[in-house]
Amino acid sequence: MSTPFGTLYSTNITPDPETGIGTWSLDAFTRAMRRGISRDGHQLYPAFPYIHYTRMSDDDIAAAYAYLMRRDPIVAKAPPNALIFPLNFRPLVAFWNVLFLRTDPETQDGSRSAQWNRGRELVSGLGHCAACHTPLNFIGGEKWGHALEGAVVDGWEAPPLTRLAHGPVPWTAAHLVTYLRTGISSSHGAAAGPMLPVTQALATVPQTDVEAMAAYLFSLQKPASANNGTTSVTAAEQASIRRGSVLFAGACASCHGDKSPMQRIGDRPSLATSSAIHAATPRNAIRMMLEGVPWQGEHAVHDMPAFDEVLADAQIGDLAVYLRATYTRLPPWDGVTQAVTDIRNGGTAK
Amino acid sequence: MIQLTVNGVSHMLDIDPSTPLLYALREDLNLHGAKFGCGLGQCGACTVLVAGKATFSCLMPVAAIGTRPVRTIESLGTAERPGPLQQAFIEHQAAQCGYCIAGMIMRAQALLEASPHPTDAEIRKHMEPNLCRCGTHMRILAAISAVSGSPASVGKPATETVR
Repeated sequence: MSTPFGTLYSTNITPDPETGIGTWSLDAFTRAMRRGISRDGHQLYPAFPYIHYTRMSDDDIAAAYAYLMRRDPIVAKAPPNALIFPLNFRPLVAFWNVLFLRTDPETQDGSRSAQWNRGRELVSGLGHCAACHTPLNFIGGEKWGHALEGAVVDGWEAPPLTRLAHGPVPWTAAHLVTYLRTGISSSHGAAAGPMLPVTQALATVPQTDVEAMAAYLFSLQKPASANNGTTSVTAAEQASIRRGSVLFAGACASCHGDKSPMQRIGDRPSLATSSAIHAATPRNAIRMMLEGVPWQGEHAVHDMPAFDEVLADAQIGDLAVYLRATYTRLPPWDGVTQAVTDIRNGGTAK
Repeated sequence: MIQLTVNGVSHMLDIDPSTPLLYALREDLNLHGAKFGCGLGQCGACTVLVAGKATFSCLMPVAAIGTRPVRTIESLGTAERPGPLQQAFIEHQAAQCGYCIAGMIMRAQALLEASPHPTDAEIRKHMEPNLCRCGTHMRILAAISAVSGSPASVGKPATETVR
C-alpha cells in the first residue's frame, strides 16, 4: 500500500506459526484488532484499521479469529516497509494513537432503530468505510469533523458519503444496496479501483447487513454546498470538446453511445448520470479511461478495456473535457490534461 | 485527410476522423487480416500493433493514431513465406475456424518483441484479452511457447517455405 509516508506491506494472517498468526491466542488477536498492538508487543501501523475495528463486537472478532485460524497456513514473510524517517520508528505510533484511537465502546443508541445501530456498527467498525472515505490530516489521521466527506486513496477519489442526494440522480437506499452488492448502479456507475473488491466482498454478506449500512449512511447526509461555478466555456475548451467528440465516437461510443447495445441491455450505467463525470475532480474519470476495469477470468464482474497504451495524455484529457461538457451542466474541470499526466506518472499524487 | 502509416507504407485517406482503425484497414486499405468480432474491445479479433503495442483496432479512432506506425498480420509474412509465429501456428494447427487467429498472432508478436523469452505465466497473462470460441487456446499457447524458445527468430522472415 502506498501512502504519503512511504510504502507499507501487509503481513501474513494465515495460521502459519513462523510467518503468520498461528501462535496467536484470541486475546492477542483481539488486542491487535482493538489497540493496534502485535502479539510481540510492537505497535502496528494505522494502515491496519484498528481505530475502526475497535468498534467491532466481541462476537465478530471471535468469528474473524475462528475463520482465519481455519485457513491453510502459508509460509510468507512480508517485505520490510519503506517509510520515511522518523515514521519508520514504530513506537511513535503510540503518540498517534493518543490522538486518533478511541477505544471506549460505542453504546447502542436507543433513540434509533436496531437497523440503524447495526448499520453504524458495520460502517464504522468492520466495514471501516471511513478509512478511505474520510480525508486525512497531515499526520495521516482522519480529520475530525469531516467523517466520510470524501478523500483520495491509492490515486482514486473515494467520493463523499455525506452528499448522496446531490448528484444528477439522487442516490436511494435501494440503489446503494444494489451498488454495494453488485458493483453496479444503473444511475451512478460501476465500481472500480479499490472499491471493486469491496463490492465483491459485500456480495457475500447478508442483504440485511448491507441494507443496515445504507440506512445508517443515509442518516448522515449534509446539505448541498452552493454551486457557484460558472459553465462558460473558453475557446480552448471548445476545441478540446470537438477533438473529444471525435475520439468518443471512435473509441467509446460502441459501448457508451446512446444507442449502443450496452446502453439498452441490463441496466448498465449511463454517462449522463455517472458519478465520476459529475465529481469535483476528473480523477476517477481519467483513471477509469487509463486503466479500465481488468477482466477477472472466472469471477463474473463488469469490465472495460484500458486505454493507457492507446491514447495520449492530451487525448484522454480531450475526452474528459468532452464528457464533462456533454453529460453534465457543471463547470469544466481545470487543468485536465496536466491531471492525466500527473496521474499517469504518480498515480497516488493528489 | 487522415494520414496513416500501415506496414511501412504511408497512406492519405479521406475518411471521417472518428472511423475506427479496423474499418480503415479493412475497407479502405483492403487489409482483411484483422477481424471484426465484438466491436467492444472484449474479444481481440481486431488486434493490430500501434507503435508496437497490441491494440484493439475496433476502439482506435484513426484521428488518435497520429504518426504512430500501424502493423497488421499482413506484415509478418505471406502464405508462401510465413513469419515465425505464423509458421508455429501452422505447425501446431492452432486454428480451427481461424477467426481469432490474426488477432492472437499480433498480440503474441507484441509480447515477443518486448520480451523475447516470456515464461508460460507471462504468455497466459499477456494473451488474456484475446478469446477463441473454438477452444484452441492450448494449441495457441504451445505455438507461442515454441517461438519464444527459439531466440532471434522473432521479427525475421522465415527462411524456408512451408510444404
